[in-house]
Amino acid sequence: MGESKLDLLQGTLDLMVLQTLAAIGAQHGYGIARRIEQASGDQVLLNQGTIYASLVRLQQRGWIDAEWGTSDNNRKAKFYSITRSGRKQLEKDAAYWQRLSDVMGRVLAMTPEGSV
Amino acid sequence: MSALRRTLERIRCFFDKPPLDADLEAEIAAHIEMAIEENIQRGLTPLEARRQALMRFGGIDLAKDKQREARGLMKLDILLQDLRYTFRTLGRDRGFTLVAILILALGIGANIAVFSVVNTLLLRPLPFPDSQQLARIHQKDPKGGDSSMTYSTDAMQSFQRQTQAFQQITGYFAFSGPDNVKLMGTGQPQPITGLLVAGNFFPTLGVTPILGRNFTVEETLKNSRSVALLSYPFWKRQFGANPGIVGQTINLSGTQTTIVGVLPDTFDFGSVFSPGAKADLFGPAILSDMEDWGNTMALVGRLKPGVTLGQAQVEADSIFPKLAFNNKHPDWGGRYDARLFGLRDFVSGKLRQSLIVLWCAVGMILLIVCVNLSNLLLARAAARAKEFAMRTALGAGRGRIVRQLLTESLVLSLSGAVLGLCMAFAVITWLAHQGSIALPLLSSLRIDGAALAWTFLIAVVASVLFGLAPAIRLASGNLQSALTDSGLASGQSKRHDRVRSMLVVSEITLACVLLVGAGLLLRSFLRVLDVDLGFEPSHAAAISISYDDGNDPVKRGVILQQVIQRIEQIPGIETAGITDSLPMSTNRSWGIAPKGWDFKKQGELPDTFVYVVTPGYLHAIGMRIVAGRDLTWDDTNKTLGAVIVNQTVARHIWPGQDAVGKIAEISGSSRLAQVIGVVADVHETNAETNAGWQMYLAQNAPQFGPMGANLVIRTKLPPASLASAVMTVLREINPKQPANEFKPIQMLVDHASSPRRFFVMLVASFASLGLLLAALGIYGVISYSVTQRTQEIGIRMALGATTSHVQLSIIVKTLRLALIGIALGAVASFFLSRAIAALLFDTAPTDPMTFAAMVLLIGTVALLAGHIPARRASRINPMIALRNN
Repeated sequence: MGESKLDLLQGTLDLMVLQTLAAIGAQHGYGIARRIEQASGDQVLLNQGTIYASLVRLQQRGWIDAEWGTSDNNRKAKFYSITRSGRKQLEKDAAYWQRLSDVMGRVLAMTPEGSV
Repeated sequence: MSALRRTLERIRCFFDKPPLDADLEAEIAAHIEMAIEENIQRGLTPLEARRQALMRFGGIDLAKDKQREARGLMKLDILLQDLRYTFRTLGRDRGFTLVAILILALGIGANIAVFSVVNTLLLRPLPFPDSQQLARIHQKDPKGGDSSMTYSTDAMQSFQRQTQAFQQITGYFAFSGPDNVKLMGTGQPQPITGLLVAGNFFPTLGVTPILGRNFTVEETLKNSRSVALLSYPFWKRQFGANPGIVGQTINLSGTQTTIVGVLPDTFDFGSVFSPGAKADLFGPAILSDMEDWGNTMALVGRLKPGVTLGQAQVEADSIFPKLAFNNKHPDWGGRYDARLFGLRDFVSGKLRQSLIVLWCAVGMILLIVCVNLSNLLLARAAARAKEFAMRTALGAGRGRIVRQLLTESLVLSLSGAVLGLCMAFAVITWLAHQGSIALPLLSSLRIDGAALAWTFLIAVVASVLFGLAPAIRLASGNLQSALTDSGLASGQSKRHDRVRSMLVVSEITLACVLLVGAGLLLRSFLRVLDVDLGFEPSHAAAISISYDDGNDPVKRGVILQQVIQRIEQIPGIETAGITDSLPMSTNRSWGIAPKGWDFKKQGELPDTFVYVVTPGYLHAIGMRIVAGRDLTWDDTNKTLGAVIVNQTVARHIWPGQDAVGKIAEISGSSRLAQVIGVVADVHETNAETNAGWQMYLAQNAPQFGPMGANLVIRTKLPPASLASAVMTVLREINPKQPANEFKPIQMLVDHASSPRRFFVMLVASFASLGLLLAALGIYGVISYSVTQRTQEIGIRMALGATTSHVQLSIIVKTLRLALIGIALGAVASFFLSRAIAALLFDTAPTDPMTFAAMVLLIGTVALLAGHIPARRASRINPMIALRNN
C-alpha cells in the first residue's frame, strides 16, 4: 500500500450510502460498508462504525427506510432500502458531484501559461 | 421539507432513547458477527477474525456516540446530564444547599419586593387609559395648604372654556373629610366617606362604571335629584356585590340618593389622589351651588393628543392670572397662577429619590449575597478539587466542567428565586393592605409580568456573578497537586485564601455603606419624631361629631358647650374641645392682615391656615398659649371678633411688638378681629415642613363658619376604653350621631410620617440583612482557615503556644479583614451619603455620631463572627490534630 487512504469529505458518505442502496437494493449496514469499500477499490478510509450515523441521518430525512429482516446466512439484521424521495435526492446530489468533479478536473488540468 | 422532518425526528428520538439504543446495540452486534464470519471464511483464526473485525469497525462506543449525536439532541442531553448531576451533588450536600438557597432567596426576594414597589410607583403607567395625557393643576406656591392646591368653581369653568391645550378640565371637591356622610337605614347611622366630583370627572380619567353609568349633565345642575356612584370595595362590603343595587335609593345624611352605577375595582381614588384615604361613594358636584365656597376644586385635566405639558404650561401662564375668583365679584381678583404636573409625577414624583435609594440598597444586598455565595462555593471548590481533577483526568474538557459548575449555580439561583418570589409575594400582599401608610398606589401593588422577568434576570445575572469565579478557579486547578493526597499545594492555598479574604473585605465594605445609609436615615427619623409639633399627640383622641344647629351660631354655641360639659364629666377625661379641622389632616386657608393693610401697595401676605375652634380646644390638643388668653364662649362679637394667631403670624405682622390687642382683618376688610392670644407654632401638615401662618377663630362666632366638628379629648386612659362612654353621651345629645371611629391623635402624626417610617424600616432591614451576611462571610472564611490550619495550630500548641495566644492570632486576622472593609466602607459612605442628603432631616450626611456607631457595630459583629472559630481553634487537641492527615 504505497498511497495512504482517502479521507472522506464531509457529506460524501451519505451520498455513497444512497448510491449503494440504489445500486444493490435493500442491504444491512455491514453489507453497505463492505460494498463501498469494494467499489472504492479499498481506497477509502472508512471506519465501518461511522456508517450508522449516516444511516440514521438519511432515515430521519426520509430518504431511506429500515426494517429488521434475515440475512443470507440466516442472521437477524436491519435492512435499509432507498425511498422515492431518496432517489430524487440521489439524482440531485450525483449531478452536483459530477459537476464539481468536472470543474475540479478542468481547473487542475490547467498548465502554466506559455508552456506547451 | 426533509430538514423539518429531521428536526421532528430528532426531537422524537430524544424522548425515545432506550429502545433506539437497544436497536443500535443489536445492529452493531450483528455487524461485528457478520464481519467475523466473513473473516473466518477467508481463513483467519477466530481470534484474529474478531480482532480484524473490531479494527475495521473502529471504536464501538465512538460509533454509538456519533449515531446518537446524529439522531437526537446532544446539547440537551448534556444539559440534562449536568442537571441530574447537579441535583445529586446538591442533594448530597444538603446543609450547604439549604443555606445557599436561603441566602439567595432573601437577596432575590428583597429585590423583587422593591422592584414591585418601584414598578408600581415609578415605572408602570397609572391605571387610566392614555394616562400620560393626564395632568394635575395647582398653584405655584402651595404654602397655603389645600386651599392653594385648589381653585374656585368659576375659575375652573372659565379655564375649561378658554383652554386650547386640554380636551377636558375636571376636578373634585378637595375638602371632604373622612366619614363625612351618614348612611341611614336600619339601626345606627353608619359613617361613610363621600366625595363630590365634577360631572366629567370619570369620563376625563377614562374610568367607566362596571355597572350602570356615569353622571348625566342634568344631574350636575341645581336642584337635580341626588345620585351617587359606588366604589367597588364599598359595593362589595356594604351591598354584598349585589348587581341589583343600581337604580335603588339609599338614605345619605337624610337625602334619598339614587345609585346610578358602580366603579371598577381598578379605580382607587385614594391611592392616586390622596394616599391612605378611602372613598366609599362619589356624588356629582353641583358647581352652581359652590360658586361662593372659595377655592374648593382640585383640578385635573386631560391634554389634547400631541400637546406637551410645556405647551400647556405656557398657555396656563397666560390664562390663569386673568381668571376671576368669583364671577359675581370680578373686582376680587383671582391672584391665580398654575403649575402643571403630569399626574404620574404629581402622584409619585416626590418619592422618586427615596425609591431609587431603596433600589440601590437592595442592589447592594444582592451583591453581598453574590459575594457570600461566591465565598461559600470557593470553600466547596477546595473540597471538590479532587473530584474535578478526577473528571479532568478522565477526559472532561475545561468547558464542560465550567458548564457543569455554572449549571449548579444556576440551579441554586433559580431555586433561590422561586423561594424569594414566595417571600416577596407575602411581603407585597401585606404591603398592599397597609392602608395606614401614606404612599400612593400601594393598593395596586402586585407581582406582575415585569416583576417576574426581573426576577429571572437577576437570578441569571446573580448565578453568573457568584458562580463564575469558583468555576474558573476549579477548572484551572492544578491536576497533579489536586490529586495528590495533601490536597491543595500550599502556594495555591495561599492564593485561594487571598481571594476569599478579598471577597469578605468587599462584603464588609458593602455592608458598611448600607449601615451608614440606614443609620443616617434612622437618625433623621428619630429627629423627625423629636420635633416639637406644637401640640401633644399622646394621650389625646378625636372623633368627628355631628349636630343640628339649623345654621344658627347661637344654637351652635349652646350645643357645643353642652357636648363639652357632658364629655368632660366622663371619668378619666381631663379636658375636651372642638375644632373643625385637626392638625395633619385636612386644612384650609384664609387670609389675615393688620387692619388697614393695602395689598396693592404693601404687597400680598401669605395664605393663613384657619381653624374654627371652641374654648378649651387648644388645651385639649396640647397647644401652648404663649401670650394672651384662650377663647371664651362669649367671644361672639359680630363687628369685632376674637382671633388667636400663631407665633409666625405675630412675628411677621407685628415684628417686635406685642400682638395681643392688635386689630386684624380676617379675609377682607369687612371682618375685623382683635388678637386675644398667641400660640406656639403647630406643624400643620407634617413634622418635617415648617409651620405656616395659622389663626384660630371661635366656633360660635356668627361671622366665621366652621367646616365640621371634631371633638378632641385628653385622657390618661387608653382612648379606646372611653369610646363607648363618649358615644353614649354623643348619642344622648344627638341621636343621629354616626358611629364614627375614635382616633388617637398620634395616629394622624404617624400617618404623616409613615412614608419616612416605611423607608427607614425597609432600609434598616436591608442593612441588618447585609450585616448578617457579612458576619456569615467573616465566619465562613475564618472558620475555613482554622480548619485548613488545624495541623499548623496543633504543631504550635505542641511547641508551647498558649490557648489565648492561638485565639488572639485568629482574632487579629479577623480584625484585620474587618478593619480594611470598614475603612473602605467609611470612605465610600463619606462620598455616597451625599447622594441621600436630600432625604435626611436635620442630619448631616457626614454625621460623625452615625459613622462612629456604625463602625462600632460592624466591628463588634465582625469580632463575634471571628470569635467562634477562634474558640474552636484554641480547643484543638494537638495530639489529634497531628495524628490526622
